Amino acid sequence: MLELDIRRKEYRGVSSPLLAVRDLKLCLEAGRFGAVLGESGCGKSTALRILAGLDPDYEGEVRRPGEGRLGIVFQEPRLLPWRTVEQNVRLALPQPLEGRDLAPLFASLGLAEHRDRHPGELSLGLARRAALARAFAVEPDLLLLDEPFVSLDPATAGRLRGELADLVARSRATTLMVTHDEEEALALADTVFVLSPRPARLLGEVTLDRPRGARDAGWVAERRREIERLRAG
Amino acid sequence: MPPTPRRGASAVLLPRLGSLVVLIAGWQAAAWFAGSRLLPGPAAVAAGIGEALVHGEMAMHLSATLARVAAAFALAMAFGTSLGYAMGRSDRFDRVADPWLVLLLNLPALVVIVLAYVWFGLTEAAAVGAVALNKIPNTVVVVREGARALDPGLDEVARAYRFGTWKRLRHVVLPQLGPYLAAAARSGLSLVWKIVLVVELLGRSNGVGFEIGTYFQLFDVRMILAYALAFVVIMLLVETLVLQPVERRAGRWRQRHA
Repeated sequence: MLELDIRRKEYRGVSSPLLAVRDLKLCLEAGRFGAVLGESGCGKSTALRILAGLDPDYEGEVRRPGEGRLGIVFQEPRLLPWRTVEQNVRLALPQPLEGRDLAPLFASLGLAEHRDRHPGELSLGLARRAALARAFAVEPDLLLLDEPFVSLDPATAGRLRGELADLVARSRATTLMVTHDEEEALALADTVFVLSPRPARLLGEVTLDRPRGARDAGWVAERRREIERLRAG
Repeated sequence: MPPTPRRGASAVLLPRLGSLVVLIAGWQAAAWFAGSRLLPGPAAVAAGIGEALVHGEMAMHLSATLARVAAAFALAMAFGTSLGYAMGRSDRFDRVADPWLVLLLNLPALVVIVLAYVWFGLTEAAAVGAVALNKIPNTVVVVREGARALDPGLDEVARAYRFGTWKRLRHVVLPQLGPYLAAAARSGLSLVWKIVLVVELLGRSNGVGFEIGTYFQLFDVRMILAYALAFVVIMLLVETLVLQPVERRAGRWRQRHA
């Protein structure tokens, strides 16, 4: 079970403090895929950073599923430019997984020929794939994705979305993806958490009980109206 | 992408050799013109180096100086890097340590050396320590800049994936500090050897500095130049055979996507 309860998160600015999150509470069953949907700048990335344990300065509580082993994909790929793709992935591996065979993972993400290249030689799409490979390679209990498809062209984003769906289906990780894109959330998630504009709080959640393959246009339109109603209050 | 064509070794070496030849020719001309014992020509100095190497104790003095340079350089880089990193990472530590740094930066090398000899005696440790102390603040300033420029995003990656201290230093921090360490090492090596000569002149009974002091009393410019140039050649070799290859190796990843 993943539980996130942020009562208050403030950034102490130079002139005035900025309230980023207020009363954001959400629960996600272990092994499920949740999407946190909100406009850009609403504080959803802040919530993700808190959940990742990267920002201890907040009021509230966080409970991570399992042993809390984390796989994370930031908005920028954040690979070590002086290490190859494979080294980047291997460096993230925890001790019990050191030396594991990465070939199937690289193959499923289309990285097989790129494992010996440096990040500077990769397109943004390939670098994102490498960051995804790193996150899945550690066999995470909790997988956090921060706008993993932003600024990719639609075709690349679509392909990568499909690959991500496959990987998530085969993994036991509890996944939380932050996005501003409704279509993306509705294509991938089991539950969509709809956030307010800043300071972020939970407006409500939409449960998507249909399997990913069976989500046709009519069903998606219906869910979109549901999200609209939550936003209208 | 295709590899960039390597320029021939001759294209790199020729201009260097040419400018060196011009320098030596100018020196020779000045020596002829002066015609004095106080400005010997390049041939006389080279002969001086040869004699001192074969019959004299030049090798012993050169190696004594080289050992001091190596020890002081290693000490200065180790302390300077750790302190600079700590100051670049922690504002609080930086505020506490900065006045000390400014003091050390502005303390004349001569004062540090004289005080070290007065307080700790005319010992090898005092000599090497004084040289290192003169170089440390310089390394601190350069490495502190590097530590301040570390990418916070990569730091978060290391935390999220629970990198241990060693893994983080080796794979995340050091590659980013590389250019700063190289800059500190290069300026450091030349600074260190110049100061080593002063400590040798003032309080050691061997080494290039001691010999230069002796020949100064004899007004033997030929041997002063012989010792100085012999050591410059050694430093040039260290620079080309050790520092530059290390630097190239550390920067290899950069060239691929230039």
